[in-house]
Amino acid sequence: MQPGVVFAQDYQYMCSEAGQNIIKDAIKTHGLTGVVVCSCSPRMHEATFRKAAAQAGLNPFMVEIANIREHCSWIHKDKEEGTEKACVLMRAAVAKVTLNAPLKAGESKVVKRALVIGGGIAGIQTALDIADAGFPVDIVEKNATIGGRMAQLDKTFPTLDCSSCILTPKMVEAKANENIRLITYAEVEEVSGFVGSFKAKIRKKARFVKEDVCTGCGVCMSKCPSKKGLNEFNMGLNNRSAIYIPFAQAIPNVAVIDKEQCIKLKTGKCGLCQKVCTAGAIDYTQQDEFIEEEYGAIVMATGFRPIDASKFDEYSYSTCKDVVTSLELERIMNAAGPTGGVLLRPSDGKHPHSIVFIQCVGSRDVSGRGKPYCSKICCMYTAKHAMLIRDKYPDVEVHVFYIDVRTPGKNFDEFYRRAAEQYDVDYIKGQVGKVYEENGQLVVRGVDLISNEQIVLNADMVVLATAIEPDPTARKVANMLTASIDTNDFITEAHPKLRPVESPTAGIFLSGVCQGPKDIPETVSQAGAAASKVIGLLAKDKLTTNPCVAHSDELLCNGCSCCEKVCPYSAISYETKLINDHGVKETRRVAMVNEALCQGCGACTVVCPSGAMDLKGFSNKQIMAEVDAICL
Amino acid sequence: MQMSEKDVAALVKEISGSDVKKCMKCGKCSATCPAYGEMRFHPHQFVAMVARGRVEELLKDPTVTRCLSCFACVERCPRGVEPANVVAAIRVLAEREQEGNNFSPADVPKLLSQDPEIPQQALVSAFRKYRK
Repeated sequence: MQPGVVFAQDYQYMCSEAGQNIIKDAIKTHGLTGVVVCSCSPRMHEATFRKAAAQAGLNPFMVEIANIREHCSWIHKDKEEGTEKACVLMRAAVAKVTLNAPLKAGESKVVKRALVIGGGIAGIQTALDIADAGFPVDIVEKNATIGGRMAQLDKTFPTLDCSSCILTPKMVEAKANENIRLITYAEVEEVSGFVGSFKAKIRKKARFVKEDVCTGCGVCMSKCPSKKGLNEFNMGLNNRSAIYIPFAQAIPNVAVIDKEQCIKLKTGKCGLCQKVCTAGAIDYTQQDEFIEEEYGAIVMATGFRPIDASKFDEYSYSTCKDVVTSLELERIMNAAGPTGGVLLRPSDGKHPHSIVFIQCVGSRDVSGRGKPYCSKICCMYTAKHAMLIRDKYPDVEVHVFYIDVRTPGKNFDEFYRRAAEQYDVDYIKGQVGKVYEENGQLVVRGVDLISNEQIVLNADMVVLATAIEPDPTARKVANMLTASIDTNDFITEAHPKLRPVESPTAGIFLSGVCQGPKDIPETVSQAGAAASKVIGLLAKDKLTTNPCVAHSDELLCNGCSCCEKVCPYSAISYETKLINDHGVKETRRVAMVNEALCQGCGACTVVCPSGAMDLKGFSNKQIMAEVDAICL
Repeated sequence: MQMSEKDVAALVKEISGSDVKKCMKCGKCSATCPAYGEMRFHPHQFVAMVARGRVEELLKDPTVTRCLSCFACVERCPRGVEPANVVAAIRVLAEREQEGNNFSPADVPKLLSQDPEIPQQALVSAFRKYRK
């Protein structure tokens, strides 16, 4: 037996109730002051064993786990060596536990207000659910209106109901709900603090229109002489005036001036909109405003955008007007779109007779041009587009080139088969190698892998099912929130299966495509899940804090600021104070740790040159004891 | 009047009674076909080519008679496409072209002398269609 060990027991399922009882009984019978469990990763069952120890009257922080599964048996093939390593890991844990000190968790407050970043369907649904539970919630949306991508869609699969018809009631509800504050045309600039008590600084960009005065009548838009701004809502397929309301159902229904396009703001001359505005809402002198607010929880709902299709120039997207992306087609098909919902090709406004769809444009591509993942929604929206076109214009031939058709989801495969079987959409298994223009005719060269032949088709329009990627703001926001992101800029979950709507950073939650590609039904369910997690947090009056935090020994601290610089949570600050060093009094600059902010990462203890910084529960002494146990 | 390839394909669909659009290109028919190695085109290719209106090559292919008409592909197709019926229809049209649709039991000995290995099932299914 190791020095200090008075009782050892082997049991197959220590995490079971019977196993926990063995620990509890041993603590009581032998008067144990520390417990080491040699088992799976502490990420699995540390909480289980600590709880069991606490029930037996032992301080839960007197329990140590030696991870002999993930760190040992699962990764070593040689059984004897593995067993030897397991023994070493056990010795290290025993050496550590003898130096453990009882720790007590502290408490911190919970600000009962939530922040939702992003006002698409994900953000709206999350906010509505939080608001319904009675908590105030702010939606910060970078665009002039909420609604996001869903507002741009014409119809939704698999039911084919009109996207705005089902979205706008939710937008209206978000505006009407007294627990929800909409902060549109705004971006979060700074976030500090921690779970339960975040502080955010929000920049409300100047609209040059008084939001509470504008009636949304639209006269300014019709009179504005600058009409060359690309209409973002219509994916740049047509133009809009410099002063504009993004779309008819926009919320808030308030105009905004595009300062890059406005003649008055650029040259000082014009001012026509101000003259025609009967409400007197135009204010060319408006400045950006800042809102500072405290929040208990923050939800990221930053959404997505399609990738730039010109990266795949074999499809001639940048040179041929009639090669469009699916989102552009969505606008062409929409009654409020640039063609009033009539299917007309962009180059000459003529009715197309043959349309080729190309799936997986940039998805499942590890060449670096595209994205390695499946964008998940393209198979279904392509089936939708193909079906709608065949339904409305039976004279149009529709071909779809695909690698796989992926339609997991309720009634999804049936939907796609309906396109192929009832609407006679020609699905061709194979990819397209090139799209080019020949004597004014678009030509598509692809392959049919079933009949094993190259296919050359004349097309009047080509539609690219472009991959989707996280909105570029996601990275910035994630950095601000210290939420981790993966190599594709999707926000990482705390656990991919068991905690899918939480970020590993406490108090940060995920909603919608910022976490990974998903369709509307999935987004709405995830939004609700994120809301329920937020509600669970805001319903608490106090949070218990992790007692394994850093602390500085004032007598040893030399005031060098190394720890302050490396701390990723801004938990360390410096204070000049009178230090009594064994009777010698002097005024020195010393490090102070804010225990509420400290996450116990230990970076400060590593950089501290004087050894003043130490981590409770993982003290330098304990770590060295573990190293000694392993090496000596 | 000469029929276009598309029209012939439409005729194949009509004769076979098979809805080739139902095919989801899983390959179960070819995976299950006992005559796979003997046929230049395989059941899934018959379905795909007929769907695309490409029947000329199928009509010219002598190995189309190698289909045993065992109907394993019909039994196992998850979408109810009935590939064997498509093969049979192609075979029928090929025979019609060659023999001017005058196939009768009396012709069997001649057929056998042309190709002694012609499967029994091919003859039986031919009788079924052309005993008038």
